[in-house]
Amino acid sequence: MINNDDQSVISVQHVNKDYGSKQVLHDISLNVFKAEIFGILGPSGSGKTTLVKILIGMEQRSSGDVYILGTLMPKLNMLQQIGYMAQSDALYTELTALENLEFFASLYGLRGQHRAQRIQEVMKLVNLKEHLYKQVGQYSGGMKRRLSLAISLLHEPALLILDEPTVGIDPILRQSIWRELRSLTAKGTTIVLTTHVMDEAEKCDRLGMIRDGELLAVDSPQALIDATQSSTLEEAFIHYGGIRS
Amino acid sequence: MRIGAMILRILRQFIHDKRTMALMFIAPLIVLSLMSLVFSGKEYHPNIGVVSQTSSLSTVMEKLGAKVLIYTSDTLATQALDNRDIDALITLKDNMPQVLIEGSDPSINKSVQLLLEKSMNQVSTTQVQLKPEISYLHGSLDMAVIDRFGPIMIGVFIFFFVFLIAGISFLRERTTGTLERLLSTPIKRWEIVIGYVGGFGIFTLIQALLISFFSIKVLGIMMVGNFGYVLLITILLSMTALTLGMLLSAFASNELQMMQFIPLIIVPQIFLSGLLPLNTLPMWLQKIGYVMPIYYAADAMIDVMIRGKGWSHISTDMYILLLFSLIFSTLNILALRKHRTM
Repeated sequence: MINNDDQSVISVQHVNKDYGSKQVLHDISLNVFKAEIFGILGPSGSGKTTLVKILIGMEQRSSGDVYILGTLMPKLNMLQQIGYMAQSDALYTELTALENLEFFASLYGLRGQHRAQRIQEVMKLVNLKEHLYKQVGQYSGGMKRRLSLAISLLHEPALLILDEPTVGIDPILRQSIWRELRSLTAKGTTIVLTTHVMDEAEKCDRLGMIRDGELLAVDSPQALIDATQSSTLEEAFIHYGGIRS
Repeated sequence: MRIGAMILRILRQFIHDKRTMALMFIAPLIVLSLMSLVFSGKEYHPNIGVVSQTSSLSTVMEKLGAKVLIYTSDTLATQALDNRDIDALITLKDNMPQVLIEGSDPSINKSVQLLLEKSMNQVSTTQVQLKPEISYLHGSLDMAVIDRFGPIMIGVFIFFFVFLIAGISFLRERTTGTLERLLSTPIKRWEIVIGYVGGFGIFTLIQALLISFFSIKVLGIMMVGNFGYVLLITILLSMTALTLGMLLSAFASNELQMMQFIPLIIVPQIFLSGLLPLNTLPMWLQKIGYVMPIYYAADAMIDVMIRGKGWSHISTDMYILLLFSLIFSTLNILALRKHRTM
């Protein structure tokens, strides 16, 4: 393994991505450490989703290396250790919540008593326990988002990658989801999430600011604010963005 | 385990989607019933085989548009008849013509009979009144057109519905993001394809059972062969339809675009499946039929249901259908590389 940093759960080294002549990611390098919440902050179209898809191997990078838990990606059996929640809810709406959960749990190799137990646990976590037998088509947008999150937690992944996890979720629920994310990191789970919302970004342990496929800065939210002598994260983002362009 | 989960999920989706289930199971029965009521014929010049000297009759028949082929022995001629190289065989017994009609296509039977009638009239004026003795190698005089259409239409329906429903459900998997989610789990690409084949396989088995049973028992379509072979043919055909539907769904961005494959993929196959006499078509058009799955299924269905043939006659058709499914499945597994390279 070329990965020198034992602490890194994710190590991204000089990753470039282009679609033909259009370059969407420019020389991205960053490290994500164990049990932290790492936020990727940027406007839509900045390359956030492309970056997280490259992390798990759903997109091919044009150059550079990605290591997860010391293993060069993409690697199929590493997906067993990653929970991924995409921007779209990606649920089978004609099935019930339970049937959706059973399906994805089986894909992760969960079976029998353990599977049933995990389903109960994740549904309790996202506060949907009483809607277990309901058809997903009847779920509200927020409920679908929570079910989608529950599915990504089923196999107790060491690394959780969430693409815009709290879009369309009401503030109270958002708060409870953040509490759950915190309790997951307390158990040693590493979380990477993308967001375009500043106040959500502030809750992350560390942030990578991304704009037009370029990583502008990586640090804790407070450090980013202090370094740019700004009063808010938004100002800091504008500051970094301004220097580069 | 994962394949099992895929199969179970697909079955559950079907059970929840009553309308699609009804479409798969009931719609073919309604259309088949309609087809058994509605039909119109078509002009066709038959091929006639002769063994002994029947020169006066031959010339008359040739003058009426038929093609007359002369065989050196009875065995060769009967074989040609069974291979459908000729539509009827005329031999002379005690100076009386004996006619053996191949019989698996009622429209051809009719044109053979018409030809006989006309030519006998012309010959009879010069000699004594001739009354040919007619018998059938397969089928019978009272075989209806639906008996010929039935086996082909069973294949057409199964192909049509499986192609469309499999294609659309895989398309939805792509557009709703569930395919992406599937691919973010450790499932292998081939497991997805095999899971689909398995899940749909079970449903098409039920569909094939129902359609075949309804056609044979309720509509009374002629069936002299083994029912097991009918099921085998329909299953292999539906596997081809499924894998082709999945593959082509990659080229559609919504359900409507999937529907647009109907005139492109389904309709030409119906026309070249043997529903209409292929011999009347130009050669290049007949050749196109060789790349169409329904053509092979229809050929095998007629062999089993009308001609009562067994495995040795349908095996080539079956291997070709299997080959189609294998090729399409492999292409599907490769096509999924677009979404995940592992």
